[in-house]
Amino acid sequence: MPKTHITMKVNGSEVEGLAEPRTLLVHFLREQAQLTGTHIGCETSHCGACTIDIDGMSVKSCTMLAVQANGCEITTIEGMANADGTLSPLQEGFRMMHGLQCGFCTPGMILRAHRLLRENPSPTEAEIRAGISGNICRCTGYQNIVKAIQYAAAKINGVEFQEAAE
Amino acid sequence: MIPGPFDYHRPASVSDAIKLLTDLGDDARPLAGGHSLLPMMKLRLATPAHLIDLHGIAGLKGIRRDGDRIVIGAMTTQAELLASTEIGANLPILHETALLIADPQVRYRGTLGGNVANGDPGNDMPALMLALDASYRLEGPNGAREVAAREFYQGAYFTALEPGEILTGMSIPVPPVGHGYAYEKLKRKVGDYATAAAAVVLTMAGGKVASCVIALTNLHETPLLATDAANAVIGTALDDAALKAAANAARAIMQPASDARGPAEYRIHVGGIMVMRALQRAASRSK
Ligand SMILES: Cc1cc2nc3c(=O)[nH]c(=O)nc-3n(C[C@H](O)[C@H](O)[C@H](O)COP(=O)(O)OP(=O)(O)OC[C@H]3O[C@@H](n4cnc5c(N)ncnc54)[C@H](O)[C@@H]3O)c2cc1C
Ligand code: FES
Ligand code: FES
Repeated sequence: MPKTHITMKVNGSEVEGLAEPRTLLVHFLREQAQLTGTHIGCETSHCGACTIDIDGMSVKSCTMLAVQANGCEITTIEGMANADGTLSPLQEGFRMMHGLQCGFCTPGMILRAHRLLRENPSPTEAEIRAGISGNICRCTGYQNIVKAIQYAAAKINGVEFQEAAE
Repeated sequence: MIPGPFDYHRPASVSDAIKLLTDLGDDARPLAGGHSLLPMMKLRLATPAHLIDLHGIAGLKGIRRDGDRIVIGAMTTQAELLASTEIGANLPILHETALLIADPQVRYRGTLGGNVANGDPGNDMPALMLALDASYRLEGPNGAREVAAREFYQGAYFTALEPGEILTGMSIPVPPVGHGYAYEKLKRKVGDYATAAAAVVLTMAGGKVASCVIALTNLHETPLLATDAANAVIGTALDDAALKAAANAARAIMQPASDARGPAEYRIHVGGIMVMRALQRAASRSK
């Protein structure tokens, strides 16, 4: 199949490359753009490890064609740190609250949480759990992931983070 | 997990899409949100030679009021349905159901048109379209036609869509002010397809059910309109006997497959329970 020349803006920089129609966006990002932080965890569009932010939406990049992202604006985990290289509130939260459990699914979790907090800056615990229901954690549980997102929400809102009583 | 090879087309108008579908024939498939089609292609359960991406067609999106109906473009996503105040105010059952479909990432991409055109008995929106008596606008090489949702589903993945036709939109009569509604869905986990689900839209008058429609998801190879079940509650105050009669009448038409979500007997059993719960919740919401 002939390859198409595509360009997209990823983490603020222009990325271009050739993609077959069947090339999934996740493969384009990993193999053409060399951004390997976005992971592939399943065959069935269920796990969310490949979640990126594209034109203001959280999308599973394994279920979108690279050619469909032509001209789009994308954020991946590599674009999450602050401009000066320090950790963003979400990254800091995952570190401080030990939300980074296995680490494999974490980029997708962080990108999903990023869009969730843009849409709902002060989510309740239930809203956080529903908001990340498309991201599967198989290792332990969501407790610390939820705490990490609460930590980031507090930091972004400029209020003090208080751990809920167990 | 890479799909087989295919050619990608991105037409800019409905007529170009129809022309491509007509010229390329059986090997071409429309691509909407891709959240049913691409997973099937990754597993090589579907191997179309051409994908006709509908994302380039302006005008297939949007939600508008047209007299006493709401018209929704086929490419409107579940996330857009959830964000719409028009839908929230007039068709709240669409909100309730959209929230039960998959997860946020899937809802950003998955479209209402793709959900209802897919013909998968597990899809949630078709039962609503039956319950609300929606009609679908199909456009093809011979022009446009309207087909009632109640006539559209003919078998698993088998619909009234003719070769070369695409679904361009759904038109739904606005239910009466104060109607009660509920979509009760039993699933194994958040984001899963229904083990069994029931949609109810009803009106009450003087404490009794005045009108009622019930439709079922994933309890047969097509969505089902449960007319006898609805008739069993009309005129009653939804007492225990009426609820049980409705559940039994609904069970009589269920023919689910046994699958990972449970053996057929179990799915029929819980299907009846979904009918009873949906009736009760709909009644409690009617004003
Ligand atoms: C993890 C996961 C969980 C899910 N859980 C649920 C769930 O709980 N409930 C549920 O209902 N769905 C669920 N889905 C499916 C999801 O809702 C899909 O988005 C939906 O079924 C199809 O919509 P789409 O826009 O993605 O269509 P596509 O996948 O693009 O298309 C589906 C089919 O319809 C055809 N088609 C699409 N649009 C048109 C049109 N306008 N005219 C003619 N033919 C057309 C395509 O050719 C294809 O055959 C899930 C999906 C995933 C990945
Ligand atoms: S790899 Fe995309 S959802 Fe699992
Ligand atoms: S943190 Fe990665 S699977 Fe649980």
